[in-house]
Amino acid sequence: MKIHEYQAKGILAKFGVPIPRGEVIFRKEEAKAAAQQIGTPVVVVKAQIHAGGRGKGGGVKLARSPEQATELAGQILGMKLVTPQTGAEGRIVRRLLIEQGLDIKRELYLSILVDRAAEAPVILASASGGMEIEEVAKEHPEAILREVISPAAGLQSYQVRKIVFGLGLPAEMAKVAEPFFQALYRAFLATDASLLEINPLVLTGDGKLIALDAKMNFDDNALGRHPEIAEMRDLDEETPLEVEASKYKLNYIKLDGNVACMVNGAGLAMATMDIIKLAGGNPANFLDVGGGASAEQVKNAFKILLGDPNVQAVFINIFGGILRCDVLATGVVNAAHELKIKVPVVVRMEGTNVEKGKEILQNSGLNFTVAAGMKDGAEKVVAAAGGAR
Amino acid sequence: MSVLVNEQTRVVVQGLTGREGGFHAEQMIAYGTKVVAGVTPGKGGTKHLNVPVFNTVAEAVRETGANASAIFVPPPFAADAVLEAIDAKLPLVVCITEGIPTLDMVRVAAVLRASNTRLIGPNCPGLISPGKCKIGIMPGHIHKQGNVGLVSRSGTLTYEAVDQLTKLGIGQSTCIGIGGDPIIGTSFLDAIKMFNEDAETNAIVMIGEIGGNAEEVAAEYIKAHVKKPVVGFIAGQTAPPGRRMGHAGAIISGGQGTAKTKYAAMQAAGIHTVQSPAEIGHTMAGVLGKAAGK
Repeated sequence: MKIHEYQAKGILAKFGVPIPRGEVIFRKEEAKAAAQQIGTPVVVVKAQIHAGGRGKGGGVKLARSPEQATELAGQILGMKLVTPQTGAEGRIVRRLLIEQGLDIKRELYLSILVDRAAEAPVILASASGGMEIEEVAKEHPEAILREVISPAAGLQSYQVRKIVFGLGLPAEMAKVAEPFFQALYRAFLATDASLLEINPLVLTGDGKLIALDAKMNFDDNALGRHPEIAEMRDLDEETPLEVEASKYKLNYIKLDGNVACMVNGAGLAMATMDIIKLAGGNPANFLDVGGGASAEQVKNAFKILLGDPNVQAVFINIFGGILRCDVLATGVVNAAHELKIKVPVVVRMEGTNVEKGKEILQNSGLNFTVAAGMKDGAEKVVAAAGGAR
Repeated sequence: MSVLVNEQTRVVVQGLTGREGGFHAEQMIAYGTKVVAGVTPGKGGTKHLNVPVFNTVAEAVRETGANASAIFVPPPFAADAVLEAIDAKLPLVVCITEGIPTLDMVRVAAVLRASNTRLIGPNCPGLISPGKCKIGIMPGHIHKQGNVGLVSRSGTLTYEAVDQLTKLGIGQSTCIGIGGDPIIGTSFLDAIKMFNEDAETNAIVMIGEIGGNAEEVAAEYIKAHVKKPVVGFIAGQTAPPGRRMGHAGAIISGGQGTAKTKYAAMQAAGIHTVQSPAEIGHTMAGVLGKAAGK
């Protein structure tokens, strides 16, 4: 799960990470009071959306007076902010962070994430603050400092020093960096974060380290033990159909194509998207109904799939192991009746009780196409959706 | 020989009295697996499915000689269950549970790597040596005893591949679902090494997916050390970057972990790659036919 910058900074501040003074606002009328409260000659007006590159899209501006802050807030709030990470559709800005301006001497990059190969958290740092780490990794991989943190021993002082010296900071900065890094690591562990990125981390003229930006992503599997973080979810930042699907605990991701698919199991669901593409079509979504999908779940899944106006045909690809094909077929028939499904539906089933399942579909009086295999199913559904394009 | 499990495998089921654990333990018993014990704290001394239940794994091992565990414990408690099984010195632990927090697995991995336990999963269908032993949730009847080793990050996609093989008359030595999480006990590399050394395995199917670089690491090894033919497929060729495709580990991040790079690594290693998931069985049949004709 993602959260906004101001929310991430709120969390970090609780763990003792220095952040700029700031106020979040939802209406431009709040900007003046916020700027006055902060009280620095320059304040920064920052759009809050779940995507990076906000400055490039015109979502981050400097204001030299509370009046100017109000004016900028009026411009940015409600604007459709397009950044390299939002895609062409952009995001509507609904929240702003008004923040103190800082005397910036250097901009650095710092992040913590779990490294799959090391099976441990790693801390990444680079002297190129403000740049996307992926770009740095591509052009100057040697410029990225990397320290694996032992889950048992924790982040060690020597590791902080290696980073401080590696970044070319003066030796006395180790004393400033130590509590900063430790607080960051504590926040990462305590919140089950999957990514904690400070980009840029700034060194100020008076020798302080401050998290000028903050991005935190969280492990969805751990949200159950962090209700206060789960509450920070901003549904405005998500695709409406995906929000709807998450209510039913369906794993759904909307894509751009016109062939919807309903599959049990994530691997098979991805493979089904792939085979639709190989057949010349374009998948409209990823959807995993899960291993033990009930008739009710099948109906919910149909509702989500048909909520996408681009969908011209549906491909149901089920390998019945634990989920029996006859149970699934009954669910599909009931859902088709109840939802009065108009688009062509191609069903491919294999596994437990497959013959019974096919019989139920064929005797339903509904217009299902039963496919002989994954390939046959993909070809039939692509044809039904208007052919390859 | 098959790898990891055989007729001598004696299984303790952690979470036997739960809905999932009970259902699948029954299926495992029906397949012929020796389920010798269950563990549910507080229910020690009772019986479930005619299997004795113990309060701790250590006690179950001591009393029944169990040498493998199957874990069906809900996600918030699953890491603890794995650690308990490691502590009881079980050589094989299979964790089916999906949804374990990643940082829990970070702690488990640290203990696991310092132990002699082999962990399969979590978030996996388990493993099966057809006709001998099944520890997991896969439908047993689609399998057939034979000489192809299969390793995969997926569940139902594995069944799909197995079904294709069986229908072509190609049996399996062992099928291992290693799981869809970012941190798992047994990697592709581990499984490939075992298959490479197993006299009963003549060929290998490897089913990967987007995310991480475990397929690339295994491909490097195959290139250098594996003479047995390998057929490879990667799911997620059409997956968009930055989105988690169902499995916690199936995500392309920062341009890393794409199907394209994985296919390239597999092809460089001489693996017979398959673009269509419907062609896994046929491709293996072709490879085996060619090998037999030599």
